Amino acid sequence: MDLRVDYYPTHEHDGYKFRRGRVLPFGATIVPNGVNFSICSSDATACWLVLYDKGEREPFTEILFPEAFRLGDVYSMIVFDLDYEKLEYGFRMDGPCQPEVGHRFDKSKILCDPYARVIGGRDVWLAKPDWNEKYQHRARLAFDDFDWEEDKALEIPLEDLVIYEMHVRGFTADPSSRAAFPGTYSAIREKIPYLQELGVNCVELLPIFEFDEWENNRLHPETGELLINYWGYSTLGFFAPKAGYAATGKFGMQVDELKTLVKELHAAGIEVILDVVYNHTAEGDQRGPTISFRGIDNRKYYILTPEGYYYNFSGTGNTFNCNHPVVRNLVLDSLRYWASEYHIDGFRFDLASILGRDQNGAPLSNPPLLEALAHDPVLAKCKLVAEAWDAGGLYQVGSFPAYGRWAEWNGKFRDSVRKFNKSEAGLVPEISGRVQGSPDLYYYRGPTASINFITCHDGFTLRDLVSYDYKHNYANGENNNDGGNDNDSWNCGYEGETSDPGINRLRLQLSKNALTLLMVSRGVPMILMGDEFGRTQNGNNNAYCHDSKLSWMDWDLAEKNAELLRFSKHIIKFRQDHPVFRSRNYFQHRDYVGAGLPDISFHGTSAWYCDYSPGGRCLGFMLSGQHAKEGSASDDDIYVGLNMYWDGLVFQLPQPRRGAQWRVAVNTGMLPPDDIYDSCEAIPLENQNELVIGGRSIVVLIAR
Amino acid sequence: MSIIALSGSVDSKNAPAIRDELLGSLKDAKNVIIDMTEVNYLSSAGLRLLLLVYRDIAARNGKVVLVGVSDEIQGVMANTGFIKFFKLAATEADGLSSLA
Repeated sequence: MDLRVDYYPTHEHDGYKFRRGRVLPFGATIVPNGVNFSICSSDATACWLVLYDKGEREPFTEILFPEAFRLGDVYSMIVFDLDYEKLEYGFRMDGPCQPEVGHRFDKSKILCDPYARVIGGRDVWLAKPDWNEKYQHRARLAFDDFDWEEDKALEIPLEDLVIYEMHVRGFTADPSSRAAFPGTYSAIREKIPYLQELGVNCVELLPIFEFDEWENNRLHPETGELLINYWGYSTLGFFAPKAGYAATGKFGMQVDELKTLVKELHAAGIEVILDVVYNHTAEGDQRGPTISFRGIDNRKYYILTPEGYYYNFSGTGNTFNCNHPVVRNLVLDSLRYWASEYHIDGFRFDLASILGRDQNGAPLSNPPLLEALAHDPVLAKCKLVAEAWDAGGLYQVGSFPAYGRWAEWNGKFRDSVRKFNKSEAGLVPEISGRVQGSPDLYYYRGPTASINFITCHDGFTLRDLVSYDYKHNYANGENNNDGGNDNDSWNCGYEGETSDPGINRLRLQLSKNALTLLMVSRGVPMILMGDEFGRTQNGNNNAYCHDSKLSWMDWDLAEKNAELLRFSKHIIKFRQDHPVFRSRNYFQHRDYVGAGLPDISFHGTSAWYCDYSPGGRCLGFMLSGQHAKEGSASDDDIYVGLNMYWDGLVFQLPQPRRGAQWRVAVNTGMLPPDDIYDSCEAIPLENQNELVIGGRSIVVLIAR
Repeated sequence: MSIIALSGSVDSKNAPAIRDELLGSLKDAKNVIIDMTEVNYLSSAGLRLLLLVYRDIAARNGKVVLVGVSDEIQGVMANTGFIKFFKLAATEADGLSSLA
């Protein structure tokens, strides 16, 4: 390679030698003896490459791209003999500043590369930045060689996933985690045995693209507590991992640390889904900072009003113009980069409905970006999950343009299960659909289009869902005005923590009900970090700004709430032990394998009679094990009895296959160890014809 | 068996030269001991240099033992996953006996 005829300098400036570069790939790429830089702007009139030594306030040189180095809208240059571990770079662009037509060029700003693979400036979590520094978020080079050995994406079938949604820092930041490097990628590796024991086979990480935790930081007006951007839904660069989440961020080694985490999770049989935010950037509206896109091609990267202001479909100030061809390619390049360079298994798209809006903000019937992602060969086996709504009022649960590929966070599953579990009447028809994987929403797409969840980072934790009627967000310093009000929660008789044993017993029981409903439903279950052992946020349903015990996982709860943790592990294992819960296809409501039973049947307190009336709170359903995986797997027959009435009721039982007997596997109304058994420990019921199911309880029977 | 000592900072500035020298002198070696007692900083390029040596030696079914690696560098190697490729020993004597 060193002998290539085109790797010699042709120009010199300030003692630095350079030549015309390669147009593709965009960004900075290490080449023999030098670094290739490439960036595009359609409206700039001039572009400079600005080079710094790491952390220095003043650049060591600034090189104007000669006109001969521009091809179309792309400026490219190879600079030789750079110390690529010490280098930071940016661009300066000249051009019109006419906001009314969308141009906001500002020659005084240094702009971060949209393709930067490492971004310096926030290397250590919450280390105080130098606010006088003009270039805050500084592009750096990354080594892209990594010894993956045999690793590749796991490609676990969607229907077999159990997703665990977690915040990288919050998972281990609390001292109770006893991690050597709390709050880091590395610390997650230490907890892999815990995840395996819990039984999840996929972690979904809240945003790990570089963001500024100091963005919009403020002190709580009363408590003086520092409030920051803890969640990280505000991307600085779509190719750079969050340095502050790496124990080695101060050495700039976050790329290797994150890759090592992915590799080891894979070795443990656990996939990695990233929560990605392409709907807006950290630049905010016209009052926000110019970090990158605004100064490169404002008109191209953002959806603008006719007057040149920013449309705000994201609720955060700006809207990324995802269906502009240049922006679309950037999104595609970014996803391909994470899938190929980091072996990421899937992506969950924040406010994904924005990705289906056109350049004026109108929803498209056939959005090119969503179609391109669905058919992309590199992403072909990646999970694509949409949060199928946005802050501009577009709500597409069940109607998101899916191209046979996209799954969705099923918000309707969340809402109806929450209501049912707090004994609201009239939900039986809805719940009977939700446990089937919501065919009312995804009939043509199959149950794997439905990511079933009851709680996620956004909203109450499971413990708080059964402990609070109302949100308690005063700690956010916004007078409790932020966060959703439609929580469908119930405090079980007392608002907040209590020592009342009856209330606490009921809360535990409702938590078990929720986890059980999640695990016996067709679709893909997702649980929120800590819900397995009752993590609380003291009723805060919008903890985005708290980097504290309020939002961190308290590992001591594993012991304190050992009963719930034991139940969680068993109910996840129960799902994984029974293929009849996990299928890519919907039930057909008939017997198509000669089992003598339909694949699914619905019951009530009377067998073979389901009460769908408006006052109903009871439902039973039976799954025929011989229909598991459409008859290709064999399983036990399973009966799930749901009694959300507040008193015990007698449920008549349908008969399982000939010769088989019902055994109790789960009864959320019982105290441990009788709340859940290993399948092999289950003891036959004495009375095979009927069973009393306690108030607000779920019983799961198996028959073999 | 080869024993090699590195010192100071190993980073992108000197890693290519050290690499060429190391790989050249290790041509016939089966096992290698690299004494890192005097190394005070190992950058990404430095880690990659060690891994290249490992790959070279592993291709001949040999082993690489790192001796006297500071706690901080061990931490970095652990966090970035590089540590799993190497045997570590406190002293050269320990390194030798671990290869015996």
